[in-house]
Amino acid sequence: MNYSVDANGYYGEFGGAFIPEMMVPNIEDLRENYLKILEDPEFKSEFNTLLKDYVGRPSPLYYAKRLSAYHRTEVYLKREDLNHTGAHKINNTVGQILIARRLGKTRIIAETGAGQHGVAAATVCALMGLQCVVYMGKLDVERQEPNVLRMKMLGAQVVPVLSGNMTLKDATNEAIRDWINNPVDTHYIIGSVVGPHPYPDLVTRLQSVISEELQWQLQEKTGSPDPDYIIACVGGGSNAAGAFYHYLDNDSVKLVAVEASGKGIDSGESAATMVLGRTGIIHGSRTMLMQDDDGQILEPYSVSAGLDYPGIGPMHSHLYKVRRVIFEHATDDEALEAAFRLTRLEGIVPALESAHALAVLKKRKFGEKEVVVVNLSGRGDKDMAAYMNYMNDHQLF
Amino acid sequence: MNRINRLFQDKPGNILSIYYTAGYPSRDSTVPVIKALAKAGADMIEIGMPFSDPMADGPVIQSSSNKALKNGMSLKLLFDQLKNIRKEVDIPLLLMGYLNPVLQYGMEKFCSDCAMTGMDGIILPDLPLEEYLGESGSILSDFNHYNNHNHHNHHNHHNNPNLRTLFTLHNLHNIFLISPQTSPGRIAKIDSASKGFVYMVSSSSTTGTKGSFTQEQISYFGRIRDMKLKNPSLIGFGISDHGNFSAACEYASGAIIGSAFVKILSETKDMENDIRKFVEDIRGVA
Ligand SMILES: Cc1ncc(COP(=O)(O)O)c(C=O)c1O
Repeated sequence: MNYSVDANGYYGEFGGAFIPEMMVPNIEDLRENYLKILEDPEFKSEFNTLLKDYVGRPSPLYYAKRLSAYHRTEVYLKREDLNHTGAHKINNTVGQILIARRLGKTRIIAETGAGQHGVAAATVCALMGLQCVVYMGKLDVERQEPNVLRMKMLGAQVVPVLSGNMTLKDATNEAIRDWINNPVDTHYIIGSVVGPHPYPDLVTRLQSVISEELQWQLQEKTGSPDPDYIIACVGGGSNAAGAFYHYLDNDSVKLVAVEASGKGIDSGESAATMVLGRTGIIHGSRTMLMQDDDGQILEPYSVSAGLDYPGIGPMHSHLYKVRRVIFEHATDDEALEAAFRLTRLEGIVPALESAHALAVLKKRKFGEKEVVVVNLSGRGDKDMAAYMNYMNDHQLF
Repeated sequence: MNRINRLFQDKPGNILSIYYTAGYPSRDSTVPVIKALAKAGADMIEIGMPFSDPMADGPVIQSSSNKALKNGMSLKLLFDQLKNIRKEVDIPLLLMGYLNPVLQYGMEKFCSDCAMTGMDGIILPDLPLEEYLGESGSILSDFNHYNNHNHHNHHNHHNNPNLRTLFTLHNLHNIFLISPQTSPGRIAKIDSASKGFVYMVSSSSTTGTKGSFTQEQISYFGRIRDMKLKNPSLIGFGISDHGNFSAACEYASGAIIGSAFVKILSETKDMENDIRKFVEDIRGVA
């Protein structure tokens, strides 16, 4: 089975580049150059050096002993939370800033939900001395305040977006509009495997370092490069794409993607695109999409700002259709519970997004000897407000 | 003959095309706005199909689209409203909007309903040239397979090789945009795939009003004029008053006004009168 993107930017029937003409020159420029740049030895060496010395890669693979005992299976955590800036997002921004420089761009724009991508973009802009503008839904500005402050300290301009329900989708709309209005000097560092071709492929390749490391780390720790399962949360799907990438052709490894079902699949307040969506076009990509009968995009909901998105990367839609990836979902409450379990058993405070992946350890049955890798995509500092609410509600003090 | 071609044949310059959002300011204003515009002397009308996430639009059209959706606007309702429009209005009418609602409605049903209501053209900014020509693999056939079970029968869709064939079948002109950054090669390709006119975006921007043209814009207009395209062109985006309308008319067959007109609709208490005054002001009738 071929899971890679084709020459027209499609994964099976999904993907493509449904963009207004005003964006075509920039998208063409990127499309014609990204593979050349990614394969350039000079780029590779610069990228790998930054990943090692600046991001702190390889990120550890940690055997979570007490969590394993609790779930009666062998749980390994891929510690993307230990990266510089606290999430997997920096793998992508380091790569894209190097590409932006090679394309001669001097101004960077980004969208952000949880603020992790915004922080990662602001960070590499500070590092390279480039101007940075981050679009963030006003609701997310409020619920992820620590990250807003970090972006500001890093010198980025954070623009609160007031359209829609003021979350990730709306921030992405606004970033796209900015790019249309600034066609010459600006590169758009998109934060996930979404958007028009070549973004889904570009971001997947930049995040694929996660599964590249997993192979040798698992070999060292378990005697085999192949786990039984890899579990990752999915907003747009970049940490999942990175964690799955080198295992896609290896059918013995079961891949599990976890969407946010908010207050429950049937509650009307959810972000579980695969369950609730059907094929449509969002942000320049043909993919699974939450929409009404008239093709208007629905406003999603999740307690987790990073998963609060009505679409999903086109590669994941394809992997779902061809049944290579199993799709699960976790509610707000299941994720919060899983976050506290990890914290109290292992002393690790996960990001709310990553907690959705952890929740599946309880929702699915795994064999005692099975090796289950959970991609711990980020740390939870930004989510303290939500966690404090949960502690108050459940009298955990 | 398609009314768009007829217009450009009869009137080589100073063409005024007006965009507005269907179902705005109220659900039932779709048709009255068309009639008032035709009566006021607009040459052509672009009827906006509201979309929840209009990525090429600025704040004014974003907000009219939202309001229209809140008013209950949908494609089904729009075609119902337009049912008898050709009994009263004979200027060219185009539908403008985004691809997703059209795809969910069903491309073929959309085209046949356009033909039935007497539409002359379609503008879908997020429908790329390559998809239209079927060069990226036709989205049409598999789209209908996956999506339209609940809309209408879905046999035989794979017989349509591309959207161009479908549009042509219904005598609908698909209008393409070009921007100052569009390469000469691509402009030539767009021109050759176009029927009716080429939509020149005045600067790379989202919709919205701006001041007078910069030197850079003027030289872009001149550059396109000198390319002597096979199609006439209209300049749109950022045109708001008599000054930039007549400046645009020096370089193209006319211009398109959207946001500035939608603003009038949002403020008006006497629609027919205000629309008449708006068109007069743009044309510079004393
Ligand atoms: C820690 C963390 N994990 C996951 C996500 C979701 O993004 P993706 O699905 O692209 O990995 C985010 C997004 O903000 C995030 O911050």
